[in-house]
Amino acid sequence: MPTRTVWRPGAVFVLAFLLAVLTLGGCSSGNTASGKTYTVGVVQIVSHVALDAARQGFVDGLKEEGFEEGKNLKLILRNAENSQDTARQIADKFVSDRVDLILAIATPAAQAAAQATKTTSIPVVITAVTDPVAAGLVKSLEKPGTNVTGTTDMNPVEDQLALVLDVAKGKRVGILYNSGEVNSRVQVDIAKEAAKKLGLELVERTVTNTNEVQQAAEALAAQGVNAFYIPTDNTVVAGLPNVLQVAERHKIPVIAGEGDSVKNGALATYGIDYYSLGKQTAKMAAKILRGEAKPQDMPIERQKDLKFFLNLKAAERMGVEVPDAWKKRANETY
Amino acid sequence: MELLLGSLEQGLIFGILALGVYLTFRVLNFPDLTVDGSFPLGGAVAATLIVAGVSPAWATAAAFFAGVSAGLATALMNTKGGIHGLLAGILTMTGLYSINLRIMGTANVSLLRKGTLFTPIEELSGWMRHAALIGILLLVVLAVKLLLDAFLRTDLGLALRASGDNPRMAPSLGIDPHGSILLGLALANGLVALSGALMAQFQGYADIQMGIGMIVVGLASVILGEAVVRGDGVFRATLAAVVGAVLYRLVIAGALSLNLQTSDMKLVTALLVLVTLLGPRIWPGRFPRPLRGS
Repeated sequence: MPTRTVWRPGAVFVLAFLLAVLTLGGCSSGNTASGKTYTVGVVQIVSHVALDAARQGFVDGLKEEGFEEGKNLKLILRNAENSQDTARQIADKFVSDRVDLILAIATPAAQAAAQATKTTSIPVVITAVTDPVAAGLVKSLEKPGTNVTGTTDMNPVEDQLALVLDVAKGKRVGILYNSGEVNSRVQVDIAKEAAKKLGLELVERTVTNTNEVQQAAEALAAQGVNAFYIPTDNTVVAGLPNVLQVAERHKIPVIAGEGDSVKNGALATYGIDYYSLGKQTAKMAAKILRGEAKPQDMPIERQKDLKFFLNLKAAERMGVEVPDAWKKRANETY
Repeated sequence: MELLLGSLEQGLIFGILALGVYLTFRVLNFPDLTVDGSFPLGGAVAATLIVAGVSPAWATAAAFFAGVSAGLATALMNTKGGIHGLLAGILTMTGLYSINLRIMGTANVSLLRKGTLFTPIEELSGWMRHAALIGILLLVVLAVKLLLDAFLRTDLGLALRASGDNPRMAPSLGIDPHGSILLGLALANGLVALSGALMAQFQGYADIQMGIGMIVVGLASVILGEAVVRGDGVFRATLAAVVGAVLYRLVIAGALSLNLQTSDMKLVTALLVLVTLLGPRIWPGRFPRPLRGS
């Protein structure tokens, strides 16, 4: 039976070409022996405002640390376009190219990079990962014990929920998130604990895609929530305009999980600024590149300089009276 | 080099998925979209069981049977419920999103430092590891392929092929087309889930999003393979599916090596599938439909 499997000549040519590209590509982009040029590969799971800001912060941060493209740094920026298989292939490519360091942005990209470098000594620096321990990236936040370290984008959820007390007319908080995102699940669990402490009543609603955001927000409004809390959930943040519409119509304040959402029309937050998180991550990467520290001993860092973001126009639209204390506290006002 | 080897490994794992897709699309002539749900289902079941302490081998076997039941669900909707095949697949796939989340309890189950089927190999270093991994995956894929070949040559398998080729004629030959669809979809989605289980262990995690676009990957693999491996018969048709899956990964690796944008890959894939689908219309006879004359 396995007698006459005919291979098409054209196809064989294509295959040969591919193999040539792959092997040659691997060789030519190796070390060019020019001494001090560091190669850093950046793998990002998908493009969106927060993740792009983190990447830009990282690049700018490296520059501040003296690693500049064209001088002593070769940056390879790659986006997996939300395909986990591609993320893995990008990470494999970085290992092929023998990069000096990999920056992985968001959880699936970090997992792909960690798996691809498992048996190598290539350091992996992560950012925008909410729970690196649950993701299996590090053994503990204090002492990773692996080739992975970096920053988490864990919010001060409790501080953010506390903002509700200043502006809401009641104790019911509607929380919207995608149950398909690990980051959100983690935040919701924290929010539940925090709500108990603050004496707030949490009403949960989950969505699976942006199309469902509008309805879910309406449903929460119908349940008489006095405020919305939006964690750093990719789906809901993408569907933020829907939430804002509902909130403005029903005069309900919206507390966000990060600054960009406030800029885009949510009322306020005290939290992460992805750009400076990226910069902070770059400082860690620079230490590793200079050989001053090893990932396994570098604790996972949280954002050091959290900011207070306030949107006065949004306050007007939501019929919220902004406390004077907020105006004084705000680092960024829109 | 790691890119090439890694792509080869991924491609072999997707080869099992391609065999499943080949079984439904080509043998049964059934447009089965269950795949986008049964692939992550396999990953979810395997990862959850491994984390719970079940041995990776049993976890992988359980994933296969989970896939079988997903395939059965679609097949029952279609045969007993009279629901269009396309819609039945979409319904199962949609429902599986919630089921997969329930199984995992979270959107992402990490296997990074857990014992998986590949752990013994991963303890080897450098070249040895890749060589061993590729060798073993090759054996697994070939074993699955040969078993499928053998099955398709049995009376039952022949009945399956006949009812796919001509569903109107099949009953007059004493073949129950409904039985064929049940068996075919069950087996196909079992294979797809097996592929998902291996992929979760290979990449170190199962994720709720890992099934997105898998049907296209499977289809592109089958079609790409057919363009490369010529000839009729079961042996070559299944070989084509596996070769296509590997080739598909190599194409993406090639794009990455040439520094093309990965965002363009979806368009490239769509065009690739389109051209190969239109092929037989433009150049009749140059794109033989496998299994036709066997």
